Amino acid sequence: MHRAHLTHLLLGACALAMLGCKGEPPIDAYTEKKILILGNSTEPQGLDPQIVTGVIESNIIRALFEGLCVEHPSKQGVHLPGAAEHWQANDDFTEWTFHLRRDGKWSDGTPVSAEDFLFSYQRILHPDFGADYASMLYYILGAEAYNKGETTDFSTVGVSAPDAYTLKVKLKASIPFLPDLTKHYTWYPVPKHIILKHGKMQQRNTPWTEPENLVSNGAFMLKDWRLNDYIHAVRNPHYWDKQTVKLNGIRFLPISNQYTEARMFFNQQLHATYGLAPEMIEYAANKYSQYLRQETYLGTNFIRFNVTDPLLDDLRVRKALALSIDSQAIITHILKGGQKPAYGMVPPTDDYQTPKAVSFDPVRAKELLEQAGYGGNNKLRITLLSTDREVSKRLSEAYQDMWKKHLGAEVSIEQREWKTYLSRMSGLDYQLALGGWIGDYPDPTTFLDMWKTGDGNNRTGWSNKDYEALLAKAEQTKDPEARLRILELAEALFLSEMPIIPVYWYTTNYLLHTAVKGWHPLLLNNHPYKFVDLELLQK
Amino acid sequence: MIRTVISRLLQGIVVVFCLLLITFMLVRLMPGDPFSGEKAHAAHIIEKNKARFHLDKSNTEQFIVYLGLLARGELGDSPVKEQPVSKIIRHSFPASLVLGIAGMIIAILIGIPAGILSALKKNSYIDYSTMVIAMAGISIPSFVIAPLLAGQVATRIPFLKVAGWGDPLDWLLPALTLGLATAAYLARITRGGMLEVLNQDYIRTAHAKGVHPAVVVTKHAIRGGIIPAIAYIGPAFAMLITGSFIIETIFQVPGMGQHFVNATKDRDYFLLQGVVILFGTLIVFANLAADIVLAMLNPRIRA
Repeated sequence: MHRAHLTHLLLGACALAMLGCKGEPPIDAYTEKKILILGNSTEPQGLDPQIVTGVIESNIIRALFEGLCVEHPSKQGVHLPGAAEHWQANDDFTEWTFHLRRDGKWSDGTPVSAEDFLFSYQRILHPDFGADYASMLYYILGAEAYNKGETTDFSTVGVSAPDAYTLKVKLKASIPFLPDLTKHYTWYPVPKHIILKHGKMQQRNTPWTEPENLVSNGAFMLKDWRLNDYIHAVRNPHYWDKQTVKLNGIRFLPISNQYTEARMFFNQQLHATYGLAPEMIEYAANKYSQYLRQETYLGTNFIRFNVTDPLLDDLRVRKALALSIDSQAIITHILKGGQKPAYGMVPPTDDYQTPKAVSFDPVRAKELLEQAGYGGNNKLRITLLSTDREVSKRLSEAYQDMWKKHLGAEVSIEQREWKTYLSRMSGLDYQLALGGWIGDYPDPTTFLDMWKTGDGNNRTGWSNKDYEALLAKAEQTKDPEARLRILELAEALFLSEMPIIPVYWYTTNYLLHTAVKGWHPLLLNNHPYKFVDLELLQK
Repeated sequence: MIRTVISRLLQGIVVVFCLLLITFMLVRLMPGDPFSGEKAHAAHIIEKNKARFHLDKSNTEQFIVYLGLLARGELGDSPVKEQPVSKIIRHSFPASLVLGIAGMIIAILIGIPAGILSALKKNSYIDYSTMVIAMAGISIPSFVIAPLLAGQVATRIPFLKVAGWGDPLDWLLPALTLGLATAAYLARITRGGMLEVLNQDYIRTAHAKGVHPAVVVTKHAIRGGIIPAIAYIGPAFAMLITGSFIIETIFQVPGMGQHFVNATKDRDYFLLQGVVILFGTLIVFANLAADIVLAMLNPRIRA
């Protein structure tokens, strides 16, 4: 009798197990339904394009909203029409006219008008709104003054709408890369009629971004948002280019643990991971090379010098430290992600030639340090501020070892958690600090403007009037080619004073399922989802 | 009994208040603020945002404002997530509750029988092996067990996923990870409690009177023997519900545990305070429940 009970129990357990068994990998079911499942690192800060500031949020917002121009799925620097059907600039790129498409609609069917853009730009720049990324619109004439509260008259800002489908933008300088800027979420339109329905223009944290309220103008619209679980977007039936859209939905999963994310991918639960831990890159390359993607990414990793520190105000010391870092060894043995050794701040492109300022030269490094008065018993003793992130720990230890080996320097590593690290760096309470920068748009200024005096991202204490004069000159230069040559000069000047050591140029390493089509390498990894498709593989 | 409950509740309020006050002050002593990020924001924007959350005021003023919020039944808004803290907790709590309950069921189902068996077979191979396994369960951290279960078990069983929180089968591995350590503690505590009871005179008397050994254990020994385990289960249950950062991140569980760590890292003052109030309250109630159950099992405590 007891045995019979036990048998029934076991059979019951097996039946339960079989119910859970789908018979095919979960990803195939999603592929069949054309629902793209993406790992997206962490829970987003929010979904209001004018409040958020990160890449994670950008990945979701790009599916929901559309700017004036859209990224080409495979060709960098090619601008496709988005909310704007076409556009033109004046000769010196200071005045732009965007002609909005008449079939552009919000996901509730309301037309997208120039008024929505004016409202959006006023909202993000309104001083009471406190948008962290308002500075992305400072290229517009009068925008900075309005944002800083120097004037309350929005008509002083260089945006206007002569009619419902024309948007004019007046810039404070020559900006030939404005179409690139309009692809950034800070330039996206937000629905005036929905925002005002749920609160005031400058009011934050209203329920307009809740799934039942959020209205967007992109290829997809928000369907469901389960905190720390997933965000699900579905096709927008009112999208102007809906015939191009191939997917029925996108699900973003906030998977903060990269090992969990990789396990989920290999277990056929994801179409793409957000990233890949260095230890997993080698494993993936050996066992799953068909999934591994290693692509150039618009970012630079570097070490900051606090040039106000008496020890580091000597250029020879800074150069000695720079010349004794073997970037290639770091890439080969620590990062393993196909990064490129950096010899400047701006990652080189076809149009822009980055000045070559740094290369591994330990002999010259030692000479420079000796000239600065160090050597023998007078060892160089410095501290390196680092974070508690795994890669940062390893990088710090590698630098410490290289400086000891090539310069005999005694380096103490100060490992601090993220906010303490930022606070110490901003207060110039350090000697050397790890750093990195991801470009917001593909133009050298996204890497060069930050070194201006008083810029919050400078964090080195370095300041140079000639450098700023060159940047100002570039702003006023009409010819795009000549402008880039001036920016190269500015970077050369910056690197000659070496307030940073460029170490490597970033790559993105991630796993992409072979069922995903129309997903091509892009410098900013900002894939336009409307061109992405899913195809079930033949077995 | 009612008097004891009321007294414990009042003590609980004081405990939670002290906990909140300490958290409130400590989190503000940490360098940085909720608005600092890798890309620095303009000073005037940071000032605006600080003012929105009254973070431009002194700590005392901030605390008074916060108490005012609590009096209105609000926990404030998260300055990092731009959402009401109550909403964040409301969304995360169900997953933690389910995981906590499942973990506790596993812990009780494994821990208590193992402890009883160990005590009954004292100094035998069964006893030694059970206790070795229990010691291993206590010693091996969840960040070792969880990836092992995910990588070696889930990948071999087709109906299990390595991570995710969709259907009830997804609860199994995180609950097992969570429950195993508690089971190990429970086994050791139950064994100790049972051994003490089994040496009592009334048990010897029962044996001498010829009562069946199984009846002696089930009717007389267990009631007294599991009292230490019950005392442990209360707070342990609260700890299981409050979640585990490691288990949640490894198994991708949308629970509460990650808020503790992330809110501290992000200087998300309001979320951290809200989570501390919730966890404090849960622990107070879990202890109270354990006390009530103990009083019901042991008449001497009631007196």
